[in-house]
Amino acid sequence: MLEILQPDGSLAADAAAPLDDEETRLLFAALVAARAYDRKGTALQKQGRLATYASFEGQEAAQIGAAAALQPADWLVATYRDAAAMWFHGYPWMNLFLGRTGDERGGSPPMGVNVLPPSITVGAHMIHAVGLAWGERLQSRDRVAMTMFGDGATSEGDFHEAMNFAGVYQLPVVFLCQNNHYAISLPRAEQTASETIAQKADAYGFPGVQVDGNDLFAVHSAAQPATARARSGGGPTLIEAVTYRMAPHTTADDPGRYRDSNETEAWKERDPIARVRRYLESRGSWDDDRQAELETSAADDVEAAIAAAEDLEPLGPAEVFSAMFAEMTPQLVRQQQALMRYRDA
Amino acid sequence: MPEVNMAQALNLTLDHVLSTHTDTVILGEDVGRTGGVFRVTDGLQAKHGSERVVDTPVAESGIVGAAFGMAISGLRPIAEIQFLGFFYPAYDQVVSHVSRIRHRSRHRFTAPLVIRIPYGAGIGAAEHHSESTEALFAHTPGLKVVVPSDPADAAGLLLTAVEDPDPVIFLEPIRSYRRLQGEVASPPEPVPFGQAARRRQGSDVTLVAYGAMVPDALEAAEALAEDGHEADVIDLRTLVPLDLDTVLESVTRTGRAVIVQEGHRTCGFAAELAASIQEEALYSLQAPVQRVTGWDTVVPLRRAEHHYVPSADRIAAAARHALKGG
Ligand SMILES: Cc1ncc(C[n+]2csc(CCOP(=O)(O)OP(=O)(O)O)c2C)c(N)n1
Repeated sequence: MLEILQPDGSLAADAAAPLDDEETRLLFAALVAARAYDRKGTALQKQGRLATYASFEGQEAAQIGAAAALQPADWLVATYRDAAAMWFHGYPWMNLFLGRTGDERGGSPPMGVNVLPPSITVGAHMIHAVGLAWGERLQSRDRVAMTMFGDGATSEGDFHEAMNFAGVYQLPVVFLCQNNHYAISLPRAEQTASETIAQKADAYGFPGVQVDGNDLFAVHSAAQPATARARSGGGPTLIEAVTYRMAPHTTADDPGRYRDSNETEAWKERDPIARVRRYLESRGSWDDDRQAELETSAADDVEAAIAAAEDLEPLGPAEVFSAMFAEMTPQLVRQQQALMRYRDA
Repeated sequence: MPEVNMAQALNLTLDHVLSTHTDTVILGEDVGRTGGVFRVTDGLQAKHGSERVVDTPVAESGIVGAAFGMAISGLRPIAEIQFLGFFYPAYDQVVSHVSRIRHRSRHRFTAPLVIRIPYGAGIGAAEHHSESTEALFAHTPGLKVVVPSDPADAAGLLLTAVEDPDPVIFLEPIRSYRRLQGEVASPPEPVPFGQAARRRQGSDVTLVAYGAMVPDALEAAEALAEDGHEADVIDLRTLVPLDLDTVLESVTRTGRAVIVQEGHRTCGFAAELAASIQEEALYSLQAPVQRVTGWDTVVPLRRAEHHYVPSADRIAAAARHALKGG
């Protein structure tokens, strides 16, 4: 397993930081912003303002370290737990919140943001990244597609079809598995008899690497060459980022039924954000004032995003019908009229 | 007899069959340690062991395909799919294999398995958690399709499903898991397939519903009674086999039928019933058969979901329309 930045903020022996201080500060700011969003998401759900919410606490470095290896026009195809990566690649917090309030417009990020709405069904989306990468290549563009998924998703048949296509056609895809140790209640060891998830790449004929997923530098050090190689025609890579889901699966879950709270406590020591702060502080590149300023601005951004999402009028009855096809079918028109007549009566 | 909700009724029935039918095995995602996301299998792994209540990897095609093999080998697997919206990876297994094995082997191989699946909208859940696509199953030859509406039926129909010699799709209305309380016999008593239940007696209009829509149809019947119209409310309980006789007997008396279905309108189960009613009882009808259904749209997310799900009020409006002659 590749490890560079240790929990105490020091670099592992013989390891070099893949980013300079300024780059590191930028990514650190993103980690802090992501956590502010995530904490807000959980709090809003408890107030009944969001539908179920899936926290990514503990997985920020895995997501942002990987997404930082993308270029602006590259594709990102991820899941309900990957808001940090999606946001980093341009998907506004507002849309992410809006989706969670239960509004389809959350799935409509601004033009130019090459991020699909989060996949809620486990496993189906990885092959979409394969198709995107393939489509880009057929259109002579050098865009890469990155897809994110959990350890559980590797058990779905579609994962294997996606890996196989990517290998057969040597497509510019980066598969980023966040092995957060659980798929709802199922521990990683019962998900697959493979010793690592990274080794699954062997079977499909391309490289797989395992990295400390709570280590921003390690994740980035794996993702950067993977995207570069993909872009230059070298084919796909599978990266297994070993991390831990600090929160329940979603706000509807009770982890007390399947894991020991001591285990979760122990992972607090491995927090992905604290170690970057320690690292920057040790280099005289960060201090409490900067931290306070960063936290205030992150909180403000998150507040503005939820306010904008909640200010939108919900979709009306007529709009329920109007985005099924480019043009409504006669049947849909009849149904829409029937609903409007009923509401007017 | 104790009053329990539907989730508890299912739980005690599963506990009962695991105790009395040693050939049963429960398998699915998170059914063991957590007892399922709706706690329907709560406590069963602790009591019956992890060989018989199995937490599987996240793989629906695997769960159903493996259950199929187990069934052929001589067991009675009870598979759980977490939500109907996550069933589709297993659809090929069901359509191409589970539903056909008896026919293609002329009874030589059979698949007595039950697939339990929570379905339906109305709780403002996330995308894919609100599906009501029972028509896909009813349209697939070789599957029995069960949709209970209350705790006692859930228990009794599940017991029958486990003992049935053929594959059964057992759809559990999410909205009803904890909405209704009812008495359930201990041990549960089987409720036969293919026998609809009359939930309310009336002679002016027939309301036909199943699953999560039954409480709403009954509420609509209350509203109609306030206007002086008595509705006959039929709960189908099983779509396959279908108790058409009970529906026809009622419609022949009332002359008016309103069919309620939460699923999408086109090719939904209500269309099948409306066609059957006109084939067999057209000359008894005093108004066109009415359908109250979900729309041909994706189920809207939480903020607009109420525009989709049939309500008691929409059902009553359709009944009043029929009472006026359509
Ligand atoms: C096809 C499908 N099956 C089941 C589910 C229900 N479900 C949601 S998340 C989840 C576990 C996924 O675990 P993993 O892939 O490890 O991702 P994590 O949630 O840990 O990020 C399950 C079973 C689903 N959403 N889609």
